[in-house]
Amino acid sequence: MGEREYDASYQAPPAEVGEMELVHPRTFIGKYIWSQDAKVIAVQYMLTATAIGLVALVLSLVMRLQLGFPNTFSLIDPAEYLQSVSMHGMIMVVYLLTAFFLGGFGNYLIPLMCGARDMVFPYLNMLSYWFYLASVLILAAGFFVPGGASGAGWTLYPPQAISEGTPGVDGGIITMLVSLIVFIAGFTMGGLNYVATVLQARTRGMTLMRLPLTVWGIFMATVLALLAFPALFVACLMLLFDRLLGTSFFLPEMLGMTQEMAREGGSPILFQHLFWFFGHPEVYIVALPAFGIVSDLIATHARKNIFGYRMMVWALIMIGVLSFVVWAHHMFVSGMNPYFGFLFATTTLIIAVPTAIKVYNWVLTLWRGNIHFTLPMLFAIGFLFTFLNGGLSGLFLGNVTVDVPLSDTYFVVGHFHMVMAVAPILVVFGAIYHWYPKITGRMLDETLGKIHFWVTFLGTYLIYYPMHFIGLEGVPRRYYAYGETTFISESVQTLNAVITVAALVVAAAQLLFLFNLVWSYYRGREAGPNPWHATTLEWQTADTPPPHGNFGKELPVVYRWPYDYSVPGVKQDFIPQNVPPQAVEREP
Amino acid sequence: MNRQPMNRLATDGAMTRDTPRGPSREEGLPGLVADWGSDQRVFKQVPWGKAMMWLFLLSDIFIFACLLVSYMTVRITSTDPWPDTSEVFALEMGGQHVPLLLIAIMTFVLISSSGTMALAVKYGYERNRWATALLLILTALLGATFVGMQAFEWTKLIQEGARPWGNPWGAAQFGASFFLITGFHGTHVSFGVLFLLIMTVKVARGSLDKQRPGFLTGRKGRYEMVETLGLYWHFVDLVWVFIFAFFYLW
Repeated sequence: MGEREYDASYQAPPAEVGEMELVHPRTFIGKYIWSQDAKVIAVQYMLTATAIGLVALVLSLVMRLQLGFPNTFSLIDPAEYLQSVSMHGMIMVVYLLTAFFLGGFGNYLIPLMCGARDMVFPYLNMLSYWFYLASVLILAAGFFVPGGASGAGWTLYPPQAISEGTPGVDGGIITMLVSLIVFIAGFTMGGLNYVATVLQARTRGMTLMRLPLTVWGIFMATVLALLAFPALFVACLMLLFDRLLGTSFFLPEMLGMTQEMAREGGSPILFQHLFWFFGHPEVYIVALPAFGIVSDLIATHARKNIFGYRMMVWALIMIGVLSFVVWAHHMFVSGMNPYFGFLFATTTLIIAVPTAIKVYNWVLTLWRGNIHFTLPMLFAIGFLFTFLNGGLSGLFLGNVTVDVPLSDTYFVVGHFHMVMAVAPILVVFGAIYHWYPKITGRMLDETLGKIHFWVTFLGTYLIYYPMHFIGLEGVPRRYYAYGETTFISESVQTLNAVITVAALVVAAAQLLFLFNLVWSYYRGREAGPNPWHATTLEWQTADTPPPHGNFGKELPVVYRWPYDYSVPGVKQDFIPQNVPPQAVEREP
Repeated sequence: MNRQPMNRLATDGAMTRDTPRGPSREEGLPGLVADWGSDQRVFKQVPWGKAMMWLFLLSDIFIFACLLVSYMTVRITSTDPWPDTSEVFALEMGGQHVPLLLIAIMTFVLISSSGTMALAVKYGYERNRWATALLLILTALLGATFVGMQAFEWTKLIQEGARPWGNPWGAAQFGASFFLITGFHGTHVSFGVLFLLIMTVKVARGSLDKQRPGFLTGRKGRYEMVETLGLYWHFVDLVWVFIFAFFYLW
């Protein structure tokens, strides 16, 4: 495309939003501990989430050692196995992934990418982190109360979660429920900030359809969270009443159980409905930020505009809407009305349509792109594979007739780890490699990163791929040991041993990653303001890392969408969002 | 839907999307998208505090909806008969047996407080400091009266033997739902009263006129804050109407 005419007299629209009031503390504690700067809060969120995530990682290794080599290590007894399962699941889903994506990347990227100086209500944003930290501490306290942490599974189904005989019924379940309630209260404070900032505090020229997809993904996920967490909040509150006050919201007539008070007339399936009304959107609360971030990683590192930006946005919105009407596909075997199964299987399969649109668009963005195999790109491609794999096994589980025999087997474990554990965590890694230079001013080490990627990517396949086959054999999950059975073949034990070894290796690679984070902070190569030649606003700040207030005296003005890569007729292969049309250098 | 001519790509820089965008002239869905996605703010003339309160209320609606739906579910699944609420919540008044008398007065008080709140917002925008403060404190008093009557209601029921785990009249879930739902709503009202009192002090000492920074948040005082608090207060009243209809009248 040759020279085009541009209106040189064009002026950006006047500012509708006044300058933000920022609190500028002078002490170290004010700047880094009780900080109201979204970027500091983001790092606080990331570090806390990583710390509790490492606990969950160790729990998974303990479980794998038991499953891979039964009667060899005897690190845990059956009750502790169940406690490890429950804590591992709850920590990973809520306290690591949700907190990392929304509290971490949301806080860091939303103000920067929208061109705002901070979140709209920094004080509440700060409280959000401290509530989160409190919830993490209360959760971790569950390990030390009498009877230990809850062993009810991360789904906390009553009546078993609060009945005699379940590990942690004395104290663990109480700390778990209180922790979740505190987490939800804290998250709401943060979430309101994220949504209000995206809606009401963008810079001049930043229309919604010029937002980077990262912001779109985090924004939609936060909207989902604000509407889905209330159901979990109510479920936790009622379960806490059942456990502490002797009500029976969820307890039907309990025969043969030693209960202190007569319980009857409650509805255990009500809990499942409430839980999954939260639980299914939760999958997308974790997935949508990953979708958004991966879109930006692919576009930036393939030097090509994202394919079908509008479709990508609409797909995010459609997935968000549909995610509220599919929850009962987790409950096909719960004893609910079978017609519900039919309805929810249908909606579940419909949600594959916008998801598939996104996958096609990522592939089409890569197609004939100028692909740089940088670390973020490697992780983004790794995400595409694992997500597609997990999505395909989701088609199996979404159908009632196939799901019923596969329910509660290792097929389910393999499926959801592939689609909502490995896939999002690969994006978390990719995003850290991508934005670490902005957060710290230094690049992460490339060699260590490549080892980290290949071990993690191939290792997770070694871990979760065999689980599908184990599950097809009918091996049930959440068992401490299988003992003598007629249906589990010898080879299952071999596979279990392989999985355990792979898990140990993958965990070791994560230590390498942590080492890389610390080492590069001091010794890494200086990154400069825009090492990836990216177009979005966070790379155009005057200082790196950006100070409190993000931009210099003047807020940037946005003139274009965020995907102007390799524009024909333009000298550089990218045009930042804040470059006015007159200032673009064109080839003669 | 009108199709744009193909040469638009070549003329207005659609490839790089770097042309300025004025107010939407498109119709139908594209126009809707353009308006909603317009520059800087989705909701024009809406301060962020107000937008944030609306978002919070949306989230809170889901909490109360979940509570009410759960109550309806356990009412269906409970094995014992559900107590007759008009009998349980009846009062003896001058030898007369009046069903739901206290609840009716409570509802009247709370709805009245919405009226005083609305007036407080109006006078706030007129910068009438004393009228605003007076109406705010009146709203807080009405709210406190409501909470007081609720405390009386709880005491009466507890004395008659109602407990979260059982009651003399029927299904155990009645007491459980009653204490959970009215307790959760009463907590909302109590926090509202607290914030109303704080806002009264702020208004009366002129913090909003002088834009004095808040003690905790450091944010400058504005009269929009009165309206934001009003939104919360009206919401709490509205929720009570639903609780009244579904729990007491049904």
